Amino acid sequence: MRELKYIEALNEALREEMERDESVFVVGEEAGPLGGGFGAFKGLLERFGKKRVLTTPIAESGFTGLGVGAALTGLRPVVEIMYLDFITTAMDQVVNQAAKLKFMSGNAVEVPLVIRAPYGIGTREAAQHSQSLEAWFMHVPGLKVAMPATVYDAKGLLKTAIRDNDPVVFIENRMLYFKADEVPEGEWIVPFGQAAVKREGKDVTVVALSGMVPKALEAAEALGSETSVEVIDPRTLVPLDIEAIVASVQKTGRLLIAHEAPVRGGVGGEILRQVQERCFDCLDAAPVILGGLNTPIPFSPPLEDACVPQAADIIAKIKEIIQ
Amino acid sequence: MNNEIALRALETMCRIRMFEETGKVRYNQNRLADNFLGAFHSYIGQEAVATGVCLALQKNDYVFSTHRGHGHAVARGIDLKKVMAELRGKVDGCSHGRGGSMHLFDTSLGFLGGNGIVGGGLPLALGTAYSAYYRGTDQVTVCFFGDGGASQGTFHEALNMAALWKLPVVFVCENNCYAVMTHVRETVCIPNVADRASAYGMPGCVADGNDVGDVYGRAEEAVGRARQGGGPTLLECKTYRIDSHCMMLPDIRAEKEIAGWKEQDPIQRWEKHLVENNIAGKEECEKLRAKVAAEIEEADRYADESQYPDPAEFLKEVKCAN
Repeated sequence: MRELKYIEALNEALREEMERDESVFVVGEEAGPLGGGFGAFKGLLERFGKKRVLTTPIAESGFTGLGVGAALTGLRPVVEIMYLDFITTAMDQVVNQAAKLKFMSGNAVEVPLVIRAPYGIGTREAAQHSQSLEAWFMHVPGLKVAMPATVYDAKGLLKTAIRDNDPVVFIENRMLYFKADEVPEGEWIVPFGQAAVKREGKDVTVVALSGMVPKALEAAEALGSETSVEVIDPRTLVPLDIEAIVASVQKTGRLLIAHEAPVRGGVGGEILRQVQERCFDCLDAAPVILGGLNTPIPFSPPLEDACVPQAADIIAKIKEIIQ
Repeated sequence: MNNEIALRALETMCRIRMFEETGKVRYNQNRLADNFLGAFHSYIGQEAVATGVCLALQKNDYVFSTHRGHGHAVARGIDLKKVMAELRGKVDGCSHGRGGSMHLFDTSLGFLGGNGIVGGGLPLALGTAYSAYYRGTDQVTVCFFGDGGASQGTFHEALNMAALWKLPVVFVCENNCYAVMTHVRETVCIPNVADRASAYGMPGCVADGNDVGDVYGRAEEAVGRARQGGGPTLLECKTYRIDSHCMMLPDIRAEKEIAGWKEQDPIQRWEKHLVENNIAGKEECEKLRAKVAAEIEEADRYADESQYPDPAEFLKEVKCAN
């Protein structure tokens, strides 16, 4: 097997989809020579030319709307927002336009648009370059939301997102961008709405989002034979594979959900609600949501690290739940 | 403008006017019967703008409308019955009752929606214009917005990028003097919104928005330029909104001001022009009015008889969507 970095997997997905389908093009700040903010568009300008690799001014609302409008005509734009935080300046185009136009037209139009953006902490960039905003998009009917945690999923899910006829907010983890993993050669697809059981276990279910997946696996590994931990990565929040999560909780009777976003109003609460509606009786212990603190992200490294759960926090919580 | 187009212009303006008059009556009747049907943003007084601009378009061009969009929909030629039914939330409406007055669509005419967000359509228009360039078609996009929309940040972003890439789009600012109840002199400190065009590197021009001949002439030039690869234009049409912002809000404007603009009625002005220049006789104009009145009556009846969408069907669809 070859090794590939997460960012290279995204690049490969884009390259393959652009080769396969002429209606696919990419849009964003620094899209051309620099290859996007972190290199997902690297080499695409040389291969596909300026028309299909559109470098824009710093105008998120304008170029996100460009993507929506082009999608209305059947093209399949992939818009990059350099940091997920910056999508705030384009929220009308995402929430009121992309998410609503198909519905409001009585299904006369479709919006096959992908909006990619990196999220999360770890690079010490302070409160306007670090947020985990996935809950906002999960909350808005009309959007799909993907959060790949692995190199394999980054490529497979992005290809699915590009082929989907609905707008997809594709949230990438910046700290995983340059992590490499072994993946096969050639093409693969990861369908939406299928969670991945990353590790089987029988004592407790840990549902982890994106950057929390490697931390949950690290915690599970550290607990060893002491506690058998099942780790589930939902991979997409909309659609959400609640059945896979419920099946796991029915087996283990215990649930911990971990994400970087603050717990208040976060995705964890929504997943827990759905689990309780379906199998309240199967919970043997109070479920726990482990998330970020209710604070803007600070710059200083030790402060930043204190804001989101680490593997040690997951271990401590699991021990509490098991008791 | 040839005589055939001149007559079509009168007919279209009459169609918009009568559509709005009937629409208003039905809206108010429903309201009195406790059937509140959202907002009704009347286009009365602005008929020359939608008419003049849409007459300059081809069938496969794209149009983005606004919250005040009935006139655009009628001028573009969307089936009156479907528009009237949509205003009443009926299943046969052009958006099957999902969009209502502010969200009229007809993809067969490139009519990609009204918009409930002021200035929300400007970036979308950038997208269809980019798509035409991308696919190598000769389609032109027209984006209507108001003097209110011209104050949104999307105006700046869309005009800058459209000029930068010489995209085939005409930005039509319908300056009807009011954003809700705030006069444009309270929101813009230069004489014309169109004066901003030069700052983006595109041509800008001002049309008498109550003179359909002037609007058509300037729109035709802008559309032609866009179609031939000459890039975007900012066309400002100065007009006046005769009715209040919507039927929900009282009017706080000076009666004298409204009366003054009523004397500039675009339909009366155009009819006078046609008669004085022997393009049409009084009788011909009356015949045309009668024909349009019959169409409106039919549309009204259709909207009445059309059913509401079935909530059970809708719920089935929603339940499938995870």
